[in-house]
Amino acid sequence: MFFTYLRRELRRRRKAALVVASGLALGIALVIVVSSVSSGMSQAQDKVLQSLYGLGTDMTVTKAAAPPGEGDNRRRFEFDAKGDTGAEQSSDRVMVQGFQTLASSTVTQVGGQDGVAQAVGGLSLTVLKVNGEFKPGEITPPQGGGRTGQGGTGGAGGGEVRGGGAAFDVNSYTVFGTDVAAPALGPLTSSKITTGRTFKSTETDAAVAVVDSAYAKEKSLAVGKTVTISGTKFSIVGVATADSGDSAANLYIPLKKAQTLADSKDKVTTVYVKAADSQQIDSVKSAIQKNIPDTTVTTSADLAGTVSGSLSTASDLATTVGKWLSIAVLIAAFLVAGLLTSSAVSRRVREFGTLKALGWKSGRVTRQVVGEALVNGLLGGVLGIALGLGGAYLVTAISPTLTAQLGSTGGGGGLAGGGPMGGGPARQTASKALDIALTAPVSVSTIGIAVGLAVAGGLIAGGFGGWRASRLRPADALRRVE
Amino acid sequence: MYQLRGVTKRYSRGKKTVDALAGVDLTIEDGGRLVIQGPTGGGKSTLLQMLGGLDRPTRGSVEFDGVDLAQLPEARLTKVRAESIGFVFQSFNLIPTLTAQENVETALVPLGLKGAARRERAAEALGSVGLGERLGHVPGELSGGQQQRVAIARALVKRPKVLLADEPTGNLDESMRDEIMELLEGLWKEHGLTFIMVTHDSSIARRAPRLATIRKGRVTITENAAA
Ligand SMILES: Nc1ncnc2c1ncn2[C@@H]1O[C@H](COP(=O)(O)OP(=O)(O)OP(=O)(O)O)[C@@H](O)[C@H]1O
Ligand SMILES: [Mg+2]
Repeated sequence: MFFTYLRRELRRRRKAALVVASGLALGIALVIVVSSVSSGMSQAQDKVLQSLYGLGTDMTVTKAAAPPGEGDNRRRFEFDAKGDTGAEQSSDRVMVQGFQTLASSTVTQVGGQDGVAQAVGGLSLTVLKVNGEFKPGEITPPQGGGRTGQGGTGGAGGGEVRGGGAAFDVNSYTVFGTDVAAPALGPLTSSKITTGRTFKSTETDAAVAVVDSAYAKEKSLAVGKTVTISGTKFSIVGVATADSGDSAANLYIPLKKAQTLADSKDKVTTVYVKAADSQQIDSVKSAIQKNIPDTTVTTSADLAGTVSGSLSTASDLATTVGKWLSIAVLIAAFLVAGLLTSSAVSRRVREFGTLKALGWKSGRVTRQVVGEALVNGLLGGVLGIALGLGGAYLVTAISPTLTAQLGSTGGGGGLAGGGPMGGGPARQTASKALDIALTAPVSVSTIGIAVGLAVAGGLIAGGFGGWRASRLRPADALRRVE
Repeated sequence: MYQLRGVTKRYSRGKKTVDALAGVDLTIEDGGRLVIQGPTGGGKSTLLQMLGGLDRPTRGSVEFDGVDLAQLPEARLTKVRAESIGFVFQSFNLIPTLTAQENVETALVPLGLKGAARRERAAEALGSVGLGERLGHVPGELSGGQQQRVAIARALVKRPKVLLADEPTGNLDESMRDEIMELLEGLWKEHGLTFIMVTHDSSIARRAPRLATIRKGRVTITENAAA
């Protein structure tokens, strides 16, 4: 009888069932959309971080930030005053990003810490290529005149090249010296080799390079061609495409070659660390900071804190407004479902009273009411999941573009390649903007939560209605209602 | 069968209290037939609720087959209703979403009857009230008279000791009224059960062998030897 009665009620009172169900459906759909969008957000953030870090890197170690202005080897371009009228001059200036390095021994030291699975060093370089032409004898006062190279010497008092009437063409690109013996860690892991190959582990000091696909396209570089960095020719062995569309560097070369180019023998800018246990990152971080003085350890979580731009705004919105909104809607849906079920019982006072008069135990009547509510809840769950999947699919289909600004706020500290920077190009490389398409992946656990909510909603509604039904008396069969 | 002593039922609504029954003493014989009449608000339905174990008196005892329904625990009272008492209500009280057959089956559910046996007995009961062809119809598809027949089948399918009917023809037009009365009387004779009926119909009351009149909660019995 239980199922016959249940089936008949649901079929003949479809509208009432649908009202309860769609309320719950709305709440459940919202939960699915919000949670899938926020997991899409965190995926997007992961992508942003990966583009800096590479896959599998749990934290980076850099030199601790020294107070600005302290003995910092600022450089400037030096053009030989050759005096040749109108002669074109060219100069490559190789600079270590952030001008701060750690000794290579630090890599071994970090690798020896408890909980560190692997530590790999890397050297980030910025190469400024300046082509220029002087016109002789034209010394113009500072305010007049043409543009100088905008990088390099900006801001600092004297000694700038203010060659009035000089025409310069400034080009900068980034080079990353990677440890060819450890291909599993470091920035290059966030790119895929699309043509050619990656480094062989024997090429520790070989003049070979992997070039980022976007840069290759811009400069018409390809596998088999060569590229010259500060006078050294490198043959291109591979082209890498960044997963996130934004690469960590334009060119990748063996670490040792990069150290030679930058005149930084046995120096690295960043140590990439993989922890043995991803749950232990914080304790590994404090161990490194304690045992190896003068270093800054940056975890993905720290870095995530420096992400700004529309991605982080949207992500904040999803985690705060979205979360509370869906909780509020869910509570409202539960309450409405409960009240509707309860009022449905009130309208059926005589029906349930009659069943009690016929000798139905109170529990049997209550079970019937709870059963109906539970089916309504599940119906709401199915509708809600369908609606939620539709919503998540729509977000993925539209895939709105969000921008992530990395490290543009909060002056320098704690960023990979960061450090004290008194202006200049290094700073511009440290903060980068990425465009990320937002997706809304729905996980199995989200569906599980949705089903759980549907059951909970049904039980809450059933609780309201069942309580009401259990209090009816058999004499209510004679009540004059309706 | 029934022995009522000093049955009082007091309803209180806010500050006002109403004694729907005020010290009723009443004896009903096994297999007897009692018609209850009286002005509206007199306490007829309240008396029927006491007899059917739907409610308990405020004071007094309602002895049914030697047990006091007023003192019986709820679970046992429910069992008495399920096994021994059949109800017919003025407004039929059928479950609107269930078919005629399923409605009749609801009376057999508390008796633990299952599946085919239950359906068979329900169909049989509907046949005995002349609705053998209407098993699959829901109440909305049946006339008032037919609905009341379904209700009668539901009351009798359990083979109760007592049939209680509260104005069973009150919601029916004249032609149906006679039809239903004939049916009830026929069934009463056939089954040999105790039949207690509330009615406003004075022609029925006049023909009744034993008539209870309730005014302001007090009962007067009229025996009619001629009927
Ligand atoms: N649940 C209740 N709560 C309060 N008062 C009630 C309740 N049920 C009945 N009464 C009151 O008790 C008195 C008797 O009611 P009852 O229904 O027994 O009358 P009745 O004789 O059946 O009337 P009718 O012919 O209109 O059906 C009335 O005054 C009624 O208002
Ligand atoms: Mg009445």
